[in-house]
Amino acid sequence: MCATCGCSDNNHVTVTNPETGERMMLSHDEAHALGVAHEHATAPKTKWLEVLKQGFLHSLPPSHSHDHNHNHSHRTTIALEQEILGKNQLIAERNRGWLLGRGILALNLVSSPGSGKTTLLERTVRELKNEFEIGVIEGDQETINDAERIRATGCKAVQINTGTGCHLEADMLGRGLLSLNPAPNSLLFIENVGNLVCPALFDLGERAKVAILSVTEGEDKPLKYPHMFRASQLMLLNKIDLLPYLHFDVARCLAYAKEVNPQIEVLQVSATTGAGMSDWYDWIRRQQQRSGAAL
Amino acid sequence: MHELGITRSVVAICAEHANGTRVKRVTLEIGKLSAILPDAVRFCFDICAKGTVVEGAQLEIIEIPGMAICRQCQRPVPLVQPFGRCDCGSNDLEQIAGHELKVKEMETI
Repeated sequence: MCATCGCSDNNHVTVTNPETGERMMLSHDEAHALGVAHEHATAPKTKWLEVLKQGFLHSLPPSHSHDHNHNHSHRTTIALEQEILGKNQLIAERNRGWLLGRGILALNLVSSPGSGKTTLLERTVRELKNEFEIGVIEGDQETINDAERIRATGCKAVQINTGTGCHLEADMLGRGLLSLNPAPNSLLFIENVGNLVCPALFDLGERAKVAILSVTEGEDKPLKYPHMFRASQLMLLNKIDLLPYLHFDVARCLAYAKEVNPQIEVLQVSATTGAGMSDWYDWIRRQQQRSGAAL
Repeated sequence: MHELGITRSVVAICAEHANGTRVKRVTLEIGKLSAILPDAVRFCFDICAKGTVVEGAQLEIIEIPGMAICRQCQRPVPLVQPFGRCDCGSNDLEQIAGHELKVKEMETI
């Protein structure tokens, strides 16, 4: 038994291309190839910061108490200093290079289930498809429904089913990229499994995580799930057309998001009515221009 | 419950470096801001180690407290959650410790 959320050994991750009908099974070991160091993009550390950090770390208690018996000389201590999620991080960096080399802007959309990610993507694809070539990689535990919905808008989509796994990992995205074969200089949206916890820990190689929060959820979600809102560069507050019918304090929600992540950008949108969507498209255009500049 | 997958990775890393010897002790560093619960890792460890060279090994977890430096006044700010505020009022913090997730060392026989 194993897996990120308690899946059993017969749990299989599949990548399905609805266009060709091609279905790829990832073996269990491949599917769970181990994750990512949880490091956030931060400003370059200055020397004094490093000095402070080292000073703090050295002030911690020694690694173990040394109360064990040192007489048994045949025991060997091996220093490993290895990041537990290091393998995922390596694969994520490989994906990042693959995407950068093709000038593809990849955005990892994360949220709770039901925040309106797929509806938002459908509208985004419809309204941007004349400007950009767009590909979508859909992550869900089961069904290829979302990939079919996206494909109906006229763009390429591949579905990754994680079985009982609760998030996408970098190797799954790598397989998804091979199946989707996105065009150079295109936009790639990755719709992660609906979950505000685990996807925060796993870098896929994307340019940025975009958190989607809908006003039908609690306004304190950023405080309840700080890791996700800290890991995200942009928060889309969705379903704002419903605000007249709800007791949702927008100002308080934005304050919470900024408390957890002072750098986070916030846009208010409704994927149903289209309100605010042009701001989202402008944000994507700015990111796309930066992608080009990075080369 | 992503700790199960995390613990499985720990066992895989140790088994990979054990070169067929048996692992008697594993030491991890887990930061208190890392979204990983040490107790859940302890709970999963014996299950994940079963049938591997790590089976029966003692698990030690060093918990690293959260610490940040205020970017405004450059004072240290201890953290118990992955965000906070300095006494000077700023929440623009550089988090320097507490996100560790590392296999530090192991003892083999």
